[in-house]
Amino acid sequence: MFVDFFFQLRQASVPVTIREYLMMLEALSSGASDNDVDGFYHLARAAMVKDEKYYDAYDKVFDNFFSGAMHDTEDLFSRVIPEDWLRALAERTFDPEELAKLEKMSFEDLMEELAKRLQEQRGRHQGGDRWIGTGGTSPFGNSGTNPSGVRIGGEGGGKSAAKVWEKREFRGLADDVEIGTRNIKLALRRLRKFVRDGAEDEFDLDGTIRATAENAGYLDIKMVPERKNRVKVLLFLDIGGSMDSHIRVSQELFSAARSELKHLEYFYFHNFPYERVWRQDRRGYNEWTATWDVLNTYAPDYKTIFVGDATMSPYEITEIGGSIEHWNEEPGEVWLRRMLSFYPDAVWINPVPQDRWMSTPSLRMTYQLMSGRMYPLTLEGLDEAMSVLRKGGPALAKH
Amino acid sequence: MKFTGTDSYIATEDLMTAVNAAITLERPLLVKGEPGTGKTLLAQEVAEALGRPFFEWHIKSTTKAQHGLYEYDAVSRLRDSQLGEERVKDIRNYIKRGMLWEAFASEDQAVLLIDEIDKADIEFPNDLLRELDRMEFYVYETQETVAARHRPAVIITSNNEKELPDAFLRRCFFHYIRFPEPDTMERIVGVHFPGIKKALLKEALECFFSIRSVNGLKKKPSTSELLDWIKLLLAEDLAPEDLREDSTKALPKLYGALLKNEQDVQMFERLAFLSRRQN
Repeated sequence: MFVDFFFQLRQASVPVTIREYLMMLEALSSGASDNDVDGFYHLARAAMVKDEKYYDAYDKVFDNFFSGAMHDTEDLFSRVIPEDWLRALAERTFDPEELAKLEKMSFEDLMEELAKRLQEQRGRHQGGDRWIGTGGTSPFGNSGTNPSGVRIGGEGGGKSAAKVWEKREFRGLADDVEIGTRNIKLALRRLRKFVRDGAEDEFDLDGTIRATAENAGYLDIKMVPERKNRVKVLLFLDIGGSMDSHIRVSQELFSAARSELKHLEYFYFHNFPYERVWRQDRRGYNEWTATWDVLNTYAPDYKTIFVGDATMSPYEITEIGGSIEHWNEEPGEVWLRRMLSFYPDAVWINPVPQDRWMSTPSLRMTYQLMSGRMYPLTLEGLDEAMSVLRKGGPALAKH
Repeated sequence: MKFTGTDSYIATEDLMTAVNAAITLERPLLVKGEPGTGKTLLAQEVAEALGRPFFEWHIKSTTKAQHGLYEYDAVSRLRDSQLGEERVKDIRNYIKRGMLWEAFASEDQAVLLIDEIDKADIEFPNDLLRELDRMEFYVYETQETVAARHRPAVIITSNNEKELPDAFLRRCFFHYIRFPEPDTMERIVGVHFPGIKKALLKEALECFFSIRSVNGLKKKPSTSELLDWIKLLLAEDLAPEDLREDSTKALPKLYGALLKNEQDVQMFERLAFLSRRQN
């Protein structure tokens, strides 16, 4: 009877699997929780939701599944609906002849019939259909395990059934993951590529043991080269005016990258990459490096990360001379394409919240230029960006 | 037997449900939550409340899954062999049991804590899948299978530093310990300091929650810090009025126990300065 609930959870993109659903049923029948709706709420959550960021989605589905009526007729459930009231409703809906027929039906069937009827009369009985129709569960089923039933029947006492999930207290957990230097470092660590090469200067315990055993007990010392992180990264950071509001989080990303990656080369650009980039931020405006020199210096096996809000006038991307700071002979678009063809493993990390991306034309264009490899500057976004970089090759993002 | 919290540990209803479900179904329970909400303590309290033997396995960044099962001390066997010791003939003498083995071998159903699983390598949880699922593992050196006499109740904590693999999550129950609400917090303080005066407790909690509600703190004070602070207040024998007097200065007395970051302290001082100027 909870299959619908399971599918609704999956629809709300809570990653729940059959195994977890079965675990929930098993737990339910083992009597691990109280047989009331609160107990079920906690139990099903512990069994099927494995990350607090999905708690809010779970609350919404739960609310929708078990007490949809709340939204339709304001405070229906806080005044506990008496069974008589529903019977009266049934009597009003069906005429006596039908009722006599219906007497013989099980109560659950009766309710289904009632739900159907009320659906037809929508408008007059606002919302009355929803809580009866939802998933076909009778709101006052006689088995104590029917979660919606117990409370509507009034056995719950003073507590309002929708207490916990209605408040949606976990709303914040979904996107409010604090992003700090340490978290960024952990995300960047995904990029690690360990290689042993160079001089053999480390004692290899396991190898020595194996070699000694093979040598029938005579010590045979083995050495290996030290393990080093060999991933190489090119970082391009936007310090154009619109980036000022993202300065703190960009700084954190930069300092994390500096301490985490040994082979890191970084350059700054203003608004969009053109034929010149800067080694230093604003202060050294006149000491620029030609982008061609960058391309010719660093091999294509460098992983490239752009950090910028890509928020500007579209002309700055498409037009010759579109840059607001100097006359550019070639449009920014050409330069970005050129850089991407040099460095196939590239991502763009954007501090602008993702839901605003498609409403800014220049951002949309950059997104397309990057063939979708643009990720928000959140932990999840960074994680995704790093795993795309690690796997290599231009991969289309899911967004 | 059901876990309902102990004299020194207040468990909310949802936590109890999760713990009981995990114990009944003999599946691991993964616990996450803000620092200082009693994740590590939970396992100990469960073991105590149910009267079960308790094993702790603390994870570090260098810990391998194998360490929890057993370790084969090849080096001392090598040394013994060079010295011609008698015990070298039995390989069993060189196998050291890990915490998981100890918990499997326990006479009674044990409670096993795997603390801070996210500290280890990304692959670590995957290496434990079969062991936690079937509660058995194979010892290559002696060619025997170690199976749990009684499936232990496994409680795993994580601080969310790494994402855990899906295959691992599917096998666990999960619970996120929320930061306690003021009235739960009152009960928590109550079990730690039974003799505390109502007025002082009320004042202290008000202070504490108002500090926590300030936006932009680098590190919000947690339950364990509150408890430390109250301990200090009691040791200094401060009256509730002393706390209130200080509230004009934005920071309560002995704030060092609550705020552990000099930037946070500076921020509070700036706030106090602003509010004085407004007055």
